[in-house]
Amino acid sequence: MDFTEDQILRYSRHILLPEVGGEGQERLLNAKVVLVGAGGLGSPVGYYLAAAGVGTIGVIDNDRVEISNLQRQIAHNTGRLGVLKADSAKETYETLNPDVKVVTHKERLTSKNIKDIIKDYDIVVDGSDNFPTRYLVNDACVMLKKTLVSAAVFRFEGQVMTIVPGYGPCYRCLFEIPPPPGMVPSCQEAGILGVVTGVIGTIQATEVVKVILGIGQPLKGSLLLWNALDMSFRKVKVPHNRECPVCGEHPTITELIDYEQFCSMSH
Amino acid sequence: MADEFKIDKTLDIKGQVCPYTFVRSKLAIEKMNLGEVLEIVTDHKPASENVPRSMENEGQKVLKIDQVGEKEWHIFVRKDKEKIKK
Repeated sequence: MDFTEDQILRYSRHILLPEVGGEGQERLLNAKVVLVGAGGLGSPVGYYLAAAGVGTIGVIDNDRVEISNLQRQIAHNTGRLGVLKADSAKETYETLNPDVKVVTHKERLTSKNIKDIIKDYDIVVDGSDNFPTRYLVNDACVMLKKTLVSAAVFRFEGQVMTIVPGYGPCYRCLFEIPPPPGMVPSCQEAGILGVVTGVIGTIQATEVVKVILGIGQPLKGSLLLWNALDMSFRKVKVPHNRECPVCGEHPTITELIDYEQFCSMSH
Repeated sequence: MADEFKIDKTLDIKGQVCPYTFVRSKLAIEKMNLGEVLEIVTDHKPASENVPRSMENEGQKVLKIDQVGEKEWHIFVRKDKEKIKK
């Protein structure tokens, strides 16, 4: 492709990198990435992907911006209270970079709609805050063979894993089934240090960019754990489970499951 | 300035400063075929040193650097490497 004058300047610090160059930048511009959630994690993921010139960014979110979100959800702002998060994120990202097209999906993911929504994207980024969605996204990505960059945060900690179906473990290889409702503190009880979502979301964005460029070693087959208080990173090897109910040799889960929601997600 | 090689493309980046001198040179050479020669014309002295060094770092072959007059340099680079580095 021929870059415009603005693009040469905008992406010059990428083009300078031997691992990126004009060819890599072109891959970024042609990439399609979808974010599950435009909250604490999705906000920085989308922000950096937009800055990097990822050409198509899908945003799946059905919630509206609330003031309690703004301590960590940096795609939104005080002037957008009450606005759908998908619309708010679109405005933020497209203002940052006019090369980026943000496609909004203002619906809650279910077993009925998820495949249709994610099928046209290359990479899925899970920034959801609940187990039913996390398992639904994992299973759908395994079934459609989509690369998934999965993450979760809790208080002062976060974890990230990149799932490439057919080339390593999936989320169920690690945690076969969701915890029963009531076993884990709900979102409202747990609390989260705002910046933790920024660190973990930025690591997710890094993984996405690496996968698009085909450089380095993504967190495939390993779970990255980070603790903000100790400022410690740990990388734990995760083997592929041949008995995995969704990506094993004889899968027992062949249809998507809507687990019971046990955490209200609006606050 | 007798050329022992054939020049396949000339890129005039007079007026450009670093790092855009190398950014533009790199974009130009990426589009060329292996073995082809790019001539880069610059009037920015630092670029006469930085562009060749960066090209070598990326695996390309700098054939010659000619100074023409006081403020013009012609850098000849042969494309030796194709793929982006992994």
